[in-house]
Amino acid sequence: MANTADTVNYLDLIKNGIIKENTIFKLALSLCPSIAVTNNLKNGVLMGVAVLFVQTMVNITISVLRKFIHPKVRLPIFMLVISGWVTIADMSMAAFVPDIYKQMGLYIQLIVAFASILARAEMFASKNKIAPSMVDGIGMGLGFLFALTVISFFRELIGKGSVWGYAIINAKPLLIMILPAGGFFAVGILMALFNWIDIRYLKKSATASH
Amino acid sequence: MTMDFTKLFELIVAASLINNFVFTRFLGLCIFFGVSKKMETAVGMSVTFTAVMMISAALSWVIFNFVMVPLDITFLKIIVFIGVIAAFVQASDTIMRKVAPALYYKLGIYLALISTNCIILAVPLINAGEHYNFIESLAFGLGSGIGFALALIIMASIREKLELADIPAPFRGLPMAFIVSGLIALAFTGFSGLITL
Repeated sequence: MANTADTVNYLDLIKNGIIKENTIFKLALSLCPSIAVTNNLKNGVLMGVAVLFVQTMVNITISVLRKFIHPKVRLPIFMLVISGWVTIADMSMAAFVPDIYKQMGLYIQLIVAFASILARAEMFASKNKIAPSMVDGIGMGLGFLFALTVISFFRELIGKGSVWGYAIINAKPLLIMILPAGGFFAVGILMALFNWIDIRYLKKSATASH
Repeated sequence: MTMDFTKLFELIVAASLINNFVFTRFLGLCIFFGVSKKMETAVGMSVTFTAVMMISAALSWVIFNFVMVPLDITFLKIIVFIGVIAAFVQASDTIMRKVAPALYYKLGIYLALISTNCIILAVPLINAGEHYNFIESLAFGLGSGIGFALALIIMASIREKLELADIPAPFRGLPMAFIVSGLIALAFTGFSGLITL
C-alpha cells in the first residue's frame, strides 16, 4: 500500500475506498449494520451517511492531532475521538430523524466499535496530512454507503416490492428478504456476485475468503 | 430486593434464544465469522465472551447508576462504557498473565480481540436503555453470552463440515458462511413469541 507517499492521488483514494478496499464486500469488516439496518433503503442510506460523517471527521481530527499524540497512548486517544464524534452523530440523529432513530439508535451508537474506522485512523490518518486524510475518510465512507445502499435496495425491492417507501412491484413480495434471515442471504449472494465478477473478469482468486 | 426468579429466567431465555445477539440483533458478526472456523477457538471465545460480558455489565451498571445518573452525564455513556470495558479487559489481561499463566495462554488472545467489540459494548448500552436493575443486568449479560456461545458453536460445527463440501467457487469462504447463518437465523425465528416479556 502506498498510503504514505508524498504525492497522493485523491481520485485513487476515493476509488480505493469504494472498490478495492470496500469495507463490507472486500474486507468483511463492520458487518453488523450491513444486515441489521438494511431492511429498507431509507435506513440503509441514513446509516451509511452517519458512518461517512464519523469516518471523515475522525480522520480529520486524528490527522490534525497526529503530531501531539504519543504513540504509546494512541489507541485510547483514537477511541476517545471516535466515541466523541459518534456521540455527536447519535444525538443529531435523535433530534432530526426521531422516527428512524427509534429503529436503529443502538446501531448508530455501536459505530464506535467499527473496526474499519479505527483501522483507517491508525493506518492512514495518523500518518498523513489533513487533506488526504479527509479524502480517504470520504472514500471509505462512500464505499460503506454504497454497500449499504445496494444491500438495502435489493432487500426492500424483493421483500416489500417498494423503493424508498414507494410501491413499485404490484405482486406479492418475498417476505423472507426483510426478515433477519434475508439479510444474511442478501449479503452472502452479493458477496458471491462480487467474487464471481472478480474471478470472471479480473482473473484472480476470491479475496474475501478468509 | 425482591427477586423474581421466573422473570430472571425469562430474561435469560429471551436474551439467549429469542433476541439472540447474532441471529436477530446482528451484533458481533465480525467475531462470529472470524472465529467460527474451528470448534476449539469457538469454545474458547464463547467462555471468554460470556465472562467479560457479565463482568462489564456489572461494572457499567454500577458506574452508570452511581456516578453518571447523579451527575446527569448519561449522554456520555458511549465514551464511558467503552473506556470501562477497555480498562477492564486490559487489567484482566495483565492480572491473568501473572496469576494464571496457563489460562492466559489458552484465552489471552481472545481477550485482546474483545476490548472494542460491538457485542460487548451493546450489553451495557441495552441495560442502560431498558433501565434494568443490577440482578437483571447480570442476567441479561449471562443470557447474551449463552446466546453468543450457542451461535458460535452451531456455526463452528457446520463450518468444519463445510470444509469438505464441494461449493461453487464464488461462494467459497465468507459468502457460504453468510448463507448458512441465514438458514440458522431462519430456524431461530421459530423462537419468537416463545415468551412475551
